[in-house]
Formats: sequence, C-alpha cells, structure tokens
Amino acid sequence: MTTETRPVASPLDPVALRADFPILDQEVRGHPLVYLDSAATSQKPTSVLRAMDDYYRRDNANVHRGIYALSERATADYEGARVKVARLIGVSDPHTIVWTRNATESLNLIAYSWGRRHIGRGDVIVLTEMEHHSNLVPWQILAQEKDADLEFIPIDDDGVLRQDVFEVLLRLKPKLVSFTHVSNMLGTVNPVEEMTRRAHEAGALVSIDGAQAVPHMPVDIGAIGADFYSFSGHKAMGPTGSGVLWARRELLESMPPFLGGGDMIREVHLRRSEWNDIPWKFEAGTPDISAAIGLGAAADYLMALGMDRVRAHEQELVAYALDVLPREVPGIELYGPAADQRGGVVSFNLPGVHPHDVAQVLDRFGVAIRAGHHCTMPLHERLDLSATARASFGVYNTPADIDALAAALREVQALFGG
Amino acid sequence: MDDLYRDYILEHYRHPHNFGVLEQPTASYEGANPLCGDRITMQLQVEDGIVTEVGFTGRGCAISQASASLLTDEIRGKPLTEVAEFGAADLLDLLGIEISPARLKCAMLSFDSLQHLLDDIGAKPLAKDAG
Ligand SMILES: Cc1ncc(COP(=O)(O)O)c(C=O)c1O
Repeated sequence: MTTETRPVASPLDPVALRADFPILDQEVRGHPLVYLDSAATSQKPTSVLRAMDDYYRRDNANVHRGIYALSERATADYEGARVKVARLIGVSDPHTIVWTRNATESLNLIAYSWGRRHIGRGDVIVLTEMEHHSNLVPWQILAQEKDADLEFIPIDDDGVLRQDVFEVLLRLKPKLVSFTHVSNMLGTVNPVEEMTRRAHEAGALVSIDGAQAVPHMPVDIGAIGADFYSFSGHKAMGPTGSGVLWARRELLESMPPFLGGGDMIREVHLRRSEWNDIPWKFEAGTPDISAAIGLGAAADYLMALGMDRVRAHEQELVAYALDVLPREVPGIELYGPAADQRGGVVSFNLPGVHPHDVAQVLDRFGVAIRAGHHCTMPLHERLDLSATARASFGVYNTPADIDALAAALREVQALFGG
Repeated sequence: MDDLYRDYILEHYRHPHNFGVLEQPTASYEGANPLCGDRITMQLQVEDGIVTEVGFTGRGCAISQASASLLTDEIRGKPLTEVAEFGAADLLDLLGIEISPARLKCAMLSFDSLQHLLDDIGAKPLAKDAG
C-alpha cells in the first residue's frame, strides 16, 4: 500500500490562518500574545467551537438511545466525527476508532484491557527513554502486577533512538513494543514504519503514542502498520476531553472491556452480560459527545489545511528557530536533533537561569512557553537536566513569533546577567 | 522596578548564603519539588538546643534559592524553640515579594525541608496534611 502524496501546493499562510483562532487576537501584559505551547495543547479554530456550540444549542440529546429527532442528529454527528477522524489518520474502518478522554486514557486502556490478558510473568515490554509518563506509568503498573519486565531503547546524545540497541532488545522476544511517534521534549521524529516492521518480525505487537504526531504531520496508520495508535484531540485543534485509541479490528474484538456500564453491552442479565460490538464495547456510559463532535470538526479543519502543508510549515519554523536562537541569544543551550529529524518542538536552557524564571519573565512579554520536565522525568535524568524550557509550534505561528521569543530571551539574560 | 525579581532576590540567587555541606550535621533532609524538578538538601547542626550551623545545596529557580538563602540566614544561631515557631507566612514576609500560586511551591521548598528536619530531631512534629 502506498500513501497518496499530494504535491505541496501553496505553502500555508499562517498570518491569514490566525483569523480562524480568535484567542490569538489578544494582548497579554501589554504585548500581543505569542503562544508557543502547542505541544501542551493547541488553540482551537472557530469551526471547532461552532460545531460544539451547535450541538449544545440545537442537537443536545443522549446518543444511541432516543427515538426522536434530536437524539438521531446527535448520534449521526457523534458517529460522523468518527469517520472524519478515521480519514485524518488513514483508517478505512471507522469502527476501529475508540473515543477516549485523551492519549493517557488510550494508553491505559491498552495496558488494562490487552495487557492484563496477554502479559504474564517474565514477559518483556520494550519502551524507550524518551516516553511521556503516560506511555510509561501504565506499563510500570502492569509490570508490577504481572511480574513482567520493562526494557528501554536508549537515546544517543542527539536525542535519537539507538536502533542498534533496539535490535538487541528484540532478541528478548518482547510481547509488546510501545513508543512515541514524536518526542514531546526533544521533538525527535522516530522511524515508526521501520521500527514497527522490525518489531513485527520479532513477533511483538506495536503500540504508538501519536500525541505529538497527529496534529503536526501526515499520519497514515495503514502505512505504518502498527497494532495500536493513541492520540489526544486537544493537541490536534480539538477540545479537551477528546482522545482516540485506534487498534486493529481483531485486537479490539478479542480484548475484554475496560469499563463496564451502559452502552457497552448488548444484553445484560443479573449474573452476566454480553458485550456490544466495537468500538462501543469500550465506550461505557454517556460519552463526551460534544468533544467527539469538536474533534471531528478539528479533523476536517486539519484535512482542509493539508497535513503535508502543516508539516512543511512547522519544519520551516523549527529550522528558523534552530538558526536564529543561537545567533540572537548567546549561550543558549538547545536540545534534540537537527531540524529535518524533528517536529515543531525546541527545548532549551539559558545557563544560570532556571527555566521557571525564564518562563516567568517571558510571560511579561506575552510569550507563553512551557517550563519544567514536560512529563518526561526519565529523559531529563538521562540528559542530566533538572528541567528545561520548551517552545513548541502550531500552524498559526510565524517567524515573527520566534523573533519575539528571541528578543524576550535577551531580556531574561539582561535581568539575570547583571 | 521588577516586582518579583527584586535586586536582593537576584543577589541571593546568584550568591546564596549558607550554601554548602556541613561537616557534622545533626540532621539532613532532601526536599524536591516534582513539578519543576527542583531539589535541595538542607542540613542543621544543633548544639544545646541552638541551631549553630545550617547549610543547603541543590539547584532551583531564583525564588526557591533566594528563599532557602533567606530562611537559613534567619534561623542560624536561633534556639530550636524559636525556629519551630517560624511559620510559612513569616517566610513570605521575609521574601517580601508577591508570590503567584504557581510559584508558591518554589518559595516553600526550603520551608518544607526545614519542617522535616525539625520533625526528625524531635523539635516539632510534622503537621499532618489537612484532609
Ligand atoms: C508524547 C505525548 N504522549 C502523551 C501525552 C499525554 O497527553 P494527554 O495529557 O492529553 O493524555 C502527551 C502530552 O503532553 C505527549 O506529549
């Protein structure tokens, strides 16, 4: 199977695009807002806000239950959103899209449902040193419960996964390899197709954390060939409370339910029940209907932009940042690989200034970045850093935002240098 | 003038007082702020009920470092009974800057470490977290 590659037509016009994001049009502490924290959560276009508002104003009713117009419309939109999201990530069967609250819940669902059934004593699960805590802690809990082993693919000093060590770890015959598509701290884009192929050759299943990939680049799950793929809607222009777990149909069908209750059953008797079909088997209780509908609108928005254009735009921004920051901000330390190997993330430190102080002073200039360990404490330990500052980009960012960041960083240096 | 990064705060950050390891500590405690990865180790040397020496090491932001510097200055040479009465509000007064809720943990890292030390040496039991 080949992915369709559309020629990159005209590049994105981020300045025009900004009109779709009303929140960006504001001043913070007397400066125009410069939002550089899209890796934490993206801003939302008007079309997403409107889809959610329309649902509540016009169609609000519970789904899959009411025999009346409102419930039918709500159900159609809720299920229609699944089709849109499936299209965004190259999935042909929308019923393999399970709604969750976020990537964290998706990863936990895999660990609790698939993991509890298939992981036993002494089994090996391979992760990496660059995982977000949400693709680490659920496996720690499972490994402790089952007395299983966790192994980790290390990174090299550029923040790239050591494929040679991965090769060696595969000889342990792991049951599962779970890794991030794009690192939220280093920005590293991992070779997911290649790693999936090798893991499969070794007999392992593959779970990919796509939280930092789906919002920023074309993702074709069919082409990657993974078994599980998770992401959060709120980082992909959608609302908080929307998330996705995709898995191969056979896996979803054979997995036991995660939560029990309404909607996930076909028949209930006093002492036993029969499960509903997928994906509803995994969607117990009244779901976050508006969030799903909002995420559907977000998928439409991203597809209309064209994910290849999104990727091209963000790659340009990263290349610009990696070029400008060291020149304009003397002494800045940058972490992670070269621009062609990373997503829209730049983590850094100013020597002698704690990242919290960096973020606090930047805020005075309206520049919003993240400071801390970004839920990757083991990765920071590996890099011998207690914390970092992180600027991350979205479609609405411009080179001028990076200039504003550089100028504000010089103000930090002036304040702390004296 | 800067309302948070006052000159004396930056001065304490660049040149913290009582920074270092004690030779004969009565008690040591390592406190951490998991949110930002800050970590400090605080040590007390107590003789005849008096804090004769106090030291701290570790890395952190300007607020947590200045707070540790000011706090250790404050308690050095004081009787334990007096140190035990020193409260969180007293430390905030000492800092003399407006601390936003997001930075309160930074400011309180040294204070929390001191409370553990006082508990360890039996000068003041740790307050249980209010449920
Ligand atoms: C790589 C990665 N995985 C997982 C997550 C968890 O996302 P959420 O908090 O939305 O569940 C994040 C969010 O920061 C992330 O960056």
